[in-house]
Amino acid sequence: MSERKKILARIREALQTAAPRPGSHAEPGGKPHTGLTPGGIAARSAGHDPAASEARRWLPKVGGSFEEQLALFAQNAADLKANFQLFASWQDLSTALGQLRDAENWQRVASHQAELSSQACAALDRPVCWTDRGYDVLAMEQCDAGVTECDALIAQTGSVLVTSRSAGGRALSVLPPHHVVIARRSQLVADLPAAFALLQAKYAPEFPSMMSFITGPSRTGDIERILVLGAHGPKKLTIFCV
Amino acid sequence: MDALFPRAAISMVQILERLGHRVVCPREGACCGQPPFNSGYWAEARPMARQLLVQLQEAEAVVIGSGSCGAMVKKFYPELFAGLPEAALAQSVAERTWEFSEFLVRKLGVTDLGAQLPAKVTFHDGCHGLRELGIKHSPRALLAKVRGLELIEMKDAETCCGFGGTFSAKFPAISTAMGDVKCGSALETGAEYIVSNDSSCLMHIQGLLSRAGKPLKTLHLAEVLNHL
Amino acid sequence: MSTNVAQFKAAAGRVTADTRQRQFIRTALGNYEIARDRRKAAFQSWESARQTAATTKWRAINHLDTHLEQLVAKLEARGTKVHWASNGVQAREIILGIVAAKQARSIIKSKAMTSEEIHLNDALEKAGFEVVESDLGEFIVQLRGEAPYHIVFPSMHLTRGQIRELFAKELGSTSTDSPEELTMVARRVMRHKYITADIGFTGGNFAIAETGMISITENEGNARLTAALPKTMVTLIGIEKVLPKLEDLALFLPMLATAGAGQPLTCYNTMYAGPRQPGEADGPEEWHVVLLDNLRTELLADPEQRDALHCIRCGACLNVCPIFRNVGGHTYGTTYSGPVGSVITPHLRGLQDWKHLSGASSLCGACTEACPVKIDLHHHLLHNRRNAAKEKPDFLERLGYQIFGIIAGDPVLWSLAKKVGWLTQPLQRLVKGSALDPAQAWTKTRDLPAQPLESFQDWWRNRA
Repeated sequence: MSERKKILARIREALQTAAPRPGSHAEPGGKPHTGLTPGGIAARSAGHDPAASEARRWLPKVGGSFEEQLALFAQNAADLKANFQLFASWQDLSTALGQLRDAENWQRVASHQAELSSQACAALDRPVCWTDRGYDVLAMEQCDAGVTECDALIAQTGSVLVTSRSAGGRALSVLPPHHVVIARRSQLVADLPAAFALLQAKYAPEFPSMMSFITGPSRTGDIERILVLGAHGPKKLTIFCV
Repeated sequence: MDALFPRAAISMVQILERLGHRVVCPREGACCGQPPFNSGYWAEARPMARQLLVQLQEAEAVVIGSGSCGAMVKKFYPELFAGLPEAALAQSVAERTWEFSEFLVRKLGVTDLGAQLPAKVTFHDGCHGLRELGIKHSPRALLAKVRGLELIEMKDAETCCGFGGTFSAKFPAISTAMGDVKCGSALETGAEYIVSNDSSCLMHIQGLLSRAGKPLKTLHLAEVLNHL
Repeated sequence: MSTNVAQFKAAAGRVTADTRQRQFIRTALGNYEIARDRRKAAFQSWESARQTAATTKWRAINHLDTHLEQLVAKLEARGTKVHWASNGVQAREIILGIVAAKQARSIIKSKAMTSEEIHLNDALEKAGFEVVESDLGEFIVQLRGEAPYHIVFPSMHLTRGQIRELFAKELGSTSTDSPEELTMVARRVMRHKYITADIGFTGGNFAIAETGMISITENEGNARLTAALPKTMVTLIGIEKVLPKLEDLALFLPMLATAGAGQPLTCYNTMYAGPRQPGEADGPEEWHVVLLDNLRTELLADPEQRDALHCIRCGACLNVCPIFRNVGGHTYGTTYSGPVGSVITPHLRGLQDWKHLSGASSLCGACTEACPVKIDLHHHLLHNRRNAAKEKPDFLERLGYQIFGIIAGDPVLWSLAKKVGWLTQPLQRLVKGSALDPAQAWTKTRDLPAQPLESFQDWWRNRA
């Protein structure tokens, strides 16, 4: 018998006896602790199925209007030490990109070919390491910034949702020291349930091989629990939205 | 409470009688069986628990002056006797059982007992009372009505003092380290008394404070409420 | 006394005597608690979230067989190779086999408690492969030749000065002891490793049955790089990690971050659905997922403690545990320390050998209160004690309780015992705390209360 069969057989054997529903134990307020009395046992499939949509009612609150969601995203991004800016026009955005390039003295950037990222690279006017048709990892590592698009911005958490398809592969958003995201304002979604619904609607069943919620620049607290940015991934995260 | 802390038990009786209740006490040596139960010796705990159950079966309400003994009767007796002939009795006694402060506040609706104690005190929540029985508000509601008493909450008030029954003797180094942290938090408040609804926690805390020569004194909640 | 309990007591004695170290740990975890409470308060209802998470896990485990089959079918459909390992030996063989077949020389790893569980690094190094832990904390303890101190914060016991000295000795770095500079030293070392490693090894936090994905939660970006650059990716994950639906992550990701680190969401939460797909820029050509049982099915067979399989390894129970805070992570001598470690280790490594961990608890319940998936942790410690005493009672301890039961059961004997206690008080005071004192376990560090002549029962009788 294969290990697969053996493990599945052990699981099925073990599940012959049902376990009490969670929360049936240990509630303060003096409910007796009855352990495995017959009343505490639930049949394997009985009971209410917590719809994941239920989660929305418990998660941090998000306002209904675009303005509220935008303000929340901006606040979260600031808390996370990400640089978020919303621009009225593409012209304003490319001016700001140029200022960023000059302030940090970017010599070369890495990016992928998509509408916004290509336009951004044109505005940057620096040699580009494109990831679309394979790339040299050492060359990307030498880049000063990685410029990508994204799938969504999540107001609830200040996160950027990227995938291997929307953001030029797996490494582009983590290898260069500065990750620059160019997003459209229509990409702002309210919360995590909405972001997962978006992934399902956009990709299922052929999901990209990597989907990542990026919530602020890379960080660690492994030395005396003191926050340091840029542990392995980017030290800086810039989100320019138009 | 019988041998080492009679003042706490006497205070409880006097308070309940002043409120017009008829108090009946279990006989000499009645123990809820928590020490063997918590050590895993449930077969040894059952005869003790059984003897107590029989003595409690006639009572309208069972009032216990300790969060941990209270949790034993109210929460763990039904588990200890699950599937045994005493299950129904255990369940019925559990439903009638109250920890002392909860009985006063939630069952009787009394908070002002006319007590006075002009002193700064800090309150220690015994873990079994706090987490098994959910007692947090009642002792504080009672202390708030004690004339002259100023309650100063200590840092990490909900952290265990390190007593833990037989744990304190089986792992004395850990128990003592936990107790030292607790005593430190209590001392920081500048209180004169550390009050609790659990004598066993107080025995541990007082033992450490006395050994360290600290002036902070321990008092059972009932003693405070009986201080007229 | 078994060697395990002797070692545990000796280690606990050393750490509890180190006031400075205890203060250091307490301060770190105190700061965690402040951040966690702030994040919990941001939830509309943290308590309801816990209940939903617990019920979701309960349902996931109740259908573990079908969920695993679904997971595997979906993973394989996208070209992922799935392996099943009943135990650590098999898991090591599978992984060594992959590494050997690829003629790999170096392996970059992101944090995985499952690999600690099966002692993978040892096995790989003995077979001649270079293994580098990429998570900063794991990298630090690897350089020190230590096990992780904490399942989420592996190096939290070390001061920056100790880490500076370690880096100076092992890496020849000349950095100061600023955490920023030290982190950059590790970053530079690791960059090279990601680029040259043949194999990227990861653990996994959740496995999504519905869509066939493995979700990895991290802050540093090391797992992202580990899963991006090497040609071959290997993931080792416990079979209990399944969640039914992709959207379940909407609740579990923020709860894991909140309970684990006091963050709203960790920096990178990444779902992997396969190796590099056609048209994608990069990613591993091969992805191997190893599903590990290693006695999880034993725990599954105990319905009373089955909920321990709900554990999402957030570390919240360690952080709030007053035992953990005072004895530290290494004292346990186990892969999984703290309350959840004390609950599951007896199942994974033998009840009689590890029951002392269940005994070393005041049963205060702080762990159960902190657990985001509502595992009945402190009651399981009680259940382990019961099972251990039932299976193999300690003769003297049982006798003690029997004698105590007889005395407490007889009013005359009880009364007599009190008198004896009162009478021997002066004698006891003479030997207080010494080896002659029968109550030495108590009196070495604590005074006994003075027993008054009149007991409560005396008072009760006298007033009648």
